[in-house]
Amino acid sequence: MADLTLTKDAPSRTWRSHGRTRRSTRTVRVAASAVIAAATVLAVLIVPPVVQLDEQAIDLALKLRPPSLAHPFGTDDVGRDLLLRCVYGLRVSLLVGLVAALVATVIGTAVGAAAAAFGGWTDRIVMRLVDTFSSVPHLLLGIFIVAMFRPGVWPVIVSVALTHWLSTARIVRSEVLSLRSRPFVDAAVSGGASRWRVTARHLLPAVLPQAGLAAVLMVPHAMWHESALSFLGLGLPTHQASLGTLVQTARGSLLAGDWWPTLFPGLFLIVPTLAIAGLAGAWRERINPRRRSELML
Amino acid sequence: MSRRVPLGAMARMAGRRALFAVPVLLLVTFGVFAVAAASPFDPVKAYAGTAGLTATQDNLDQLRANLGVDQPLLPRWWHWVTSALTGDLGDSSVMRQPVADVIAERLGWSTLLAATAFAVAVLLGTALGVLAARRPGGWLDRTTTSAAYTLEAAPAFWLGLLAIWFFALKLGALPAGGLTDTASDTVTFDQVATHLVLPALVLGVSQLPWFFLYVRQGVADALEEDAVRGARARGLAERTVLLGHALRSGMLPMLTLVGSRVPELITGALLVETVFSWPGIAAATVQAAVSVDFPLLAALTVLATVAVLLGNLLSDLLYGLADPRVGFDG
Repeated sequence: MADLTLTKDAPSRTWRSHGRTRRSTRTVRVAASAVIAAATVLAVLIVPPVVQLDEQAIDLALKLRPPSLAHPFGTDDVGRDLLLRCVYGLRVSLLVGLVAALVATVIGTAVGAAAAAFGGWTDRIVMRLVDTFSSVPHLLLGIFIVAMFRPGVWPVIVSVALTHWLSTARIVRSEVLSLRSRPFVDAAVSGGASRWRVTARHLLPAVLPQAGLAAVLMVPHAMWHESALSFLGLGLPTHQASLGTLVQTARGSLLAGDWWPTLFPGLFLIVPTLAIAGLAGAWRERINPRRRSELML
Repeated sequence: MSRRVPLGAMARMAGRRALFAVPVLLLVTFGVFAVAAASPFDPVKAYAGTAGLTATQDNLDQLRANLGVDQPLLPRWWHWVTSALTGDLGDSSVMRQPVADVIAERLGWSTLLAATAFAVAVLLGTALGVLAARRPGGWLDRTTTSAAYTLEAAPAFWLGLLAIWFFALKLGALPAGGLTDTASDTVTFDQVATHLVLPALVLGVSQLPWFFLYVRQGVADALEEDAVRGARARGLAERTVLLGHALRSGMLPMLTLVGSRVPELITGALLVETVFSWPGIAAATVQAAVSVDFPLLAALTVLATVAVLLGNLLSDLLYGLADPRVGFDG
């Protein structure tokens, strides 16, 4: 998944700017995305400390109850409230996603900028290495790393981060290369600025919006990876609620015919992903209205 | 369309890619071994299991030497590479058979699943994409596009589980997993066909959004081109314009990306095969990872890399064939 916004800005020529109605649906979409994203962040930040409910509270008398007023998402196979579990799971998944995306972006930006700034053989070797690592499917490499360093949160974060800096490195490198030939860089160089100064003061700040956009888009993708790893039994321990472990533990109830423990954690992954993608799409149009950038995450 | 196929140029391109693949594969295998060497996981303890708790140090050392894990990283890696070239990939502990046998037994099932899913994704994606592109902004376009974005955000394992719940449990129409019925001990065509439907559909649908969005975009762009306007001006039937002109030029950029979908296909297969207990290579990868079966895991990682490189080559060859301006220089 996750080249979600790949074609979002591409239709500009054919599909958009046809009067007011189209514009207003776009505005509505961005607003809805913003509201959902804000609600997500608020929920995971506020609910755990403020709501004094125990997500681990077991009530076997209430096990596998379908959604009702008392338990809007129903209860799981040991009677825990699924809404609360989902919020806690989203909190963990989001945290993993944020940290992994941040680490991957820092690595990718550093490598991409260094490759472009040094150029020549360094650039060639580094980019060949990036190509080589891109030849291994992300999830497979992630599975391999996690399998070797299980269990815990950190192996998951590391495995997601180490497999996702490649695209950022490519984006940053190509941005820096295209910026290097601009007059303001020539001006800095003729003013006597060193290579490091040019890179740090003039090139990096100019590519930060692109790198930031890639980072934002990477968060849902990293969350997806976390849940896939946890679902396969390679991520977080099953007692710790994350969106992946919730789906994994729900498998038994599903085969008995109870759908809600599986359905809701998935929706908790899809809805924020769409909201973040919607916001990122709007942001991209703002920072880069004309060019269609490659963001194959 | 009687242009001669430039077989020589294509073969030269394949040869160059094969040469490039050698260092890539060496590097990937070395990376795999380096990660394993850095890992706190001890293959000797895993091999010995509970017997390792009571075994003497001498026995453990002997086991270590037998498994070849007492050597440093570099000789171990080189030994693996050289014996892999002779077809000996070591033994899988979780499958209790040689790794080469595991691959030989399971590769066919995975290929069947992936090829069916790919066909589903391409056919459905193209059909829906053309329909949606006919009226940009129309209700069909908006519905399918929103559905595509939602599907793209949905994890494949979740889709698989919901499909099992609906089709296997609610409707009872299709089997929930496996290759054959549990009672059956022979593999018949009927059995495999019915068991293939759900996993192939789920894997196909998880790949669908991408194809759909690309075709829709390509056809919509092509509909604005002069060639299409010319075709319309000549009074050609809408069908001919859409399929013969717009789709043909709109598919071109997609063609180059078809082979590059191999990583996503492998990613999807890892999840879907596990959900449906499909006896393929991807499910074996997950099992190998869960029980830290290093020989199997290393071989399958390399195999996946080979598949990705082959996919890249295939898409470049296709693109060169479809668009003579591109050529076979890469």
